[in-house]
Amino acid sequence: MFSRTTADQLAGVANAQAVKGRSLWQDAFRRFIRNRAALISLVLLGFVLVFAFFGQYLSPHEPDFVDFSLRRDIKNLGAPSIENAHFFGLEQEGRDLYTRVVQGTRISILVGVIGSLVAVVVGTLYGAFAGYMGGRIDSVMMRIVDILIAIPFMFVIILLLVVFGRSMVMLFVGVGLISWLDMARIARGQTLTIKNKEFVEAAVATGVKPFTVILRHIVPNLAGIVIVYATLLIPQLIITESFISFLGLGIQEPMTSLGALISAGASQLGFGTPWMIGFPLFFFLITLYAFFFVGDGLRDALDPKDR
Amino acid sequence: MSLLQIKDLRVEFQTGDGAVNAVNGVSFNVEKGETLAIVGESGSGKSQTAFAAMGLLARNGKAIGQALYEGKDLLTMSRKELNRIRSNEVAMIFQDPMTSLNPYMRISDQMAEVLQLHKGMSKKDAVNEAAKMLDAVRIPDAKARITMYPHEFSGGMRQRIMIAMALLCQPKLLIADEPTTALDVTVQAQIMELFGDIRKEFGTAVILITHDLGVVAGFCDRTLVLYGGQVMEEAETEALFARPSHPYTRGLLRAVPRFDRKDEALLAIAGEPPDMSRLPEGCPFAPRCAEVRDICQTAKPVIAGEAHRRACHVPTEELSHV
Amino acid sequence: MSDPILSVRDLRVTFDIKPSGAWPWTPHKSLQAVGGMSFDVQPGECLGVVGESGSGKSTIARAICGLAPVTGGDVLFEGESLLSMSPEARRHHRRYVQMVFQDPLAALNPRMTVGEIIAEPLITHEPKLPKAEVRKRVQDLMERVGLLPNLVNRYPHEFSGGQCQRIGIARALILKPKLLICDEPVSALDVSVQAQVVNLLKELQKDLGLSMIFIAHDLSVVKHISDRIAVMYLGRMMEVAGAEALTSNPRHPYTRGLISSVPVPDPVLEKSRPRAVISGELPSPLDPPSGCVFRTRCPITREACAGERPAVAQVADGHLVSCPYHQDNAFGDVVQTA
Repeated sequence: MFSRTTADQLAGVANAQAVKGRSLWQDAFRRFIRNRAALISLVLLGFVLVFAFFGQYLSPHEPDFVDFSLRRDIKNLGAPSIENAHFFGLEQEGRDLYTRVVQGTRISILVGVIGSLVAVVVGTLYGAFAGYMGGRIDSVMMRIVDILIAIPFMFVIILLLVVFGRSMVMLFVGVGLISWLDMARIARGQTLTIKNKEFVEAAVATGVKPFTVILRHIVPNLAGIVIVYATLLIPQLIITESFISFLGLGIQEPMTSLGALISAGASQLGFGTPWMIGFPLFFFLITLYAFFFVGDGLRDALDPKDR
Repeated sequence: MSLLQIKDLRVEFQTGDGAVNAVNGVSFNVEKGETLAIVGESGSGKSQTAFAAMGLLARNGKAIGQALYEGKDLLTMSRKELNRIRSNEVAMIFQDPMTSLNPYMRISDQMAEVLQLHKGMSKKDAVNEAAKMLDAVRIPDAKARITMYPHEFSGGMRQRIMIAMALLCQPKLLIADEPTTALDVTVQAQIMELFGDIRKEFGTAVILITHDLGVVAGFCDRTLVLYGGQVMEEAETEALFARPSHPYTRGLLRAVPRFDRKDEALLAIAGEPPDMSRLPEGCPFAPRCAEVRDICQTAKPVIAGEAHRRACHVPTEELSHV
Repeated sequence: MSDPILSVRDLRVTFDIKPSGAWPWTPHKSLQAVGGMSFDVQPGECLGVVGESGSGKSTIARAICGLAPVTGGDVLFEGESLLSMSPEARRHHRRYVQMVFQDPLAALNPRMTVGEIIAEPLITHEPKLPKAEVRKRVQDLMERVGLLPNLVNRYPHEFSGGQCQRIGIARALILKPKLLICDEPVSALDVSVQAQVVNLLKELQKDLGLSMIFIAHDLSVVKHISDRIAVMYLGRMMEVAGAEALTSNPRHPYTRGLISSVPVPDPVLEKSRPRAVISGELPSPLDPPSGCVFRTRCPITREACAGERPAVAQVADGHLVSCPYHQDNAFGDVVQTA
């Protein structure tokens, strides 16, 4: 009776244009831009990214060009100056610090982002699969993760770099190897709650294949927590890379990273050239804080109940 | 003087999406020893009315109006005095007992604490008194089980414990917010029977907040029907069920499947419960009302009547008899 | 009687429970959620299943849909065993049995639009169907269940509970199943909305000639929609009969107690009618009573009840009671008809 009359009422509007829905993502975005700290950090992050990827076009100098005319007295001649276009001054070898910082920021961010991407893709799929399958498959897969996590990773990376030579590729391999483990655990834990939700049962009861269920129903609902964790992982990886580079094992000349620059700057501290540590350190901190605040803002925006 | 007098109570919540008016001018009285039912669907403001009166609103909520307990306004009194009334004179029971029981404390300690604090009893006396109260709410083997933790009891038993705790200080008014909603029917019947006995034994006035018309019918003297944060109709329970005079009450009664009658078609109320952040300008029920007139869209109906109060622009005689 | 569309034969579902803090070699406890249920569903019929929490009524639904592990017995659909099918054949067969869930919002993937949700079964079973055709069928069905078809691109959280349940019903019907299993479809809804969904289901069942299993704890709702009713307690069947016979002439002491516990929205009747409150609480399903599972709360229990499992007695045609003492009328008349 009821739906008859509704059907009549419906007839009039049925031809109207399909209404666009507001997805959870759009909701989250609205919440995110209301969070001032996160928004400012996002803008800052934007500046850092522009600086890291387009900053070199502002400077006439090449990152590996040694300015011998100024090198004899870096303390006095190599200070930051607009006139000779050494905006951040020179570093200890006589190269332009500005272009070096641009290059270092770029590499640090790349290490963070790529490592984090590996973690997201491998970790999420691994964790979601283990959690969804459950039982023995889950046990075996998660014990493997436990074993890998128990290995002191810093030691492994250092060993890798020493044995296979110091190279970018090795650094990525090392960082990628360890970064997905936590992600797999988080994804599995979340999967365990999601797989008992009725919409997953509904899909199974309809006859949707297991892999489709994982990709269509589990993974999109993991996305929130995964994105948050990934943004928080980036600064962690940057710190890891910097630490390794600080030890002198990471990025090798002529390439550089923020860690390597800070390390070099720190060794010159006693010679009256504070800009050598100041500028890399400034960008290092800005990048880290921006990522942390953005991650925090994302967490609040994507999971409003958890505040 | 009435035990509790609510006068033009309004509750407003500030949320990220704007103000939500949960209660919009609710007035009613509760006499000593009386049982009043507040009936409504989700979002009708039935729980928020009680929370506001007891000063239990969430932090973003604000209550306006008057809630007079024995003539003193609960909304304006000092924190200290409100606490005294809440602990000694008015008790509350909630839908989920686990939210008000401390999972890490033994039942005996939780109950004794109340008595030690408010009655100044020694621990030993307090535990004895508590055990007696558990006996009174028919928890078998109360003396032995009083030392157990809340999670060791079933849902029905936990609700009994909550009732026992509420009765410890022999309150004059007991507010029960959906006390049986989470329970099975057979256990619900047990608990409602217990409520009836308590009323006789202690003479406590009870406000029963529920969505279940069946529970109301068996237990309450008077019934108040809320919709969209407003009182739609209020009357003696018998009169309200026999001669409902508001289109919403009528619709509600026709929408409930009746166990005691031969198969009748259910007449559903069309549409959805109102969005409290976007209430209509006129009567909140107007968008779903089958008897709607032009005036209902623009003006809020005023509640009127003596024993049988109703808030509807259309006179009872003019409502169609379905 | 024609051949039943679904026959459940001595169905058992047992869950392994790992005791908390146990060693790996500690034997697991077993929780028998369903302990030997048999019933038939005739084509075009609505079978109501009533029981309190812990009665195993939802587990039955899940076992028939292959969501719970069946440990014994068989489920026959049109004479064909669902349990002995290959996984692939079973998956293809699922289109004939669809389910409506209890929590309307949780049953819908929050990241998918309503259109995608309703279309999912169709895309799964008929992947070659053109997009336009899928869209048309989705919109036709939305209109049929009382939703505005232009809302296809909205997300579940933008709908109210009643509307979400309509979406769930549309998803279950898009493959034109033969059997629809509704697991507490209205218990999460408001009274006024409940009636809308019950009416919709009733109407759809009649129009589409669906067979239906309607599971709920609310006897009034079940009585309203069902042709026959099965009463469950602690994983066992207590009584099964036609809806009218069961409610006007209940034979099992549990059914009688259940009926007298159901509150009736009529103050005069409610305050005057005899109460036969069932005392006590549900025993732990980890350690169910021997013999008749209801004996710990039964008002007419006797020593013999602890021994054998009670045999099923036929009271009248199609009225089965699993209590040998069903003629004992300890309650008096619990049912009054106004």
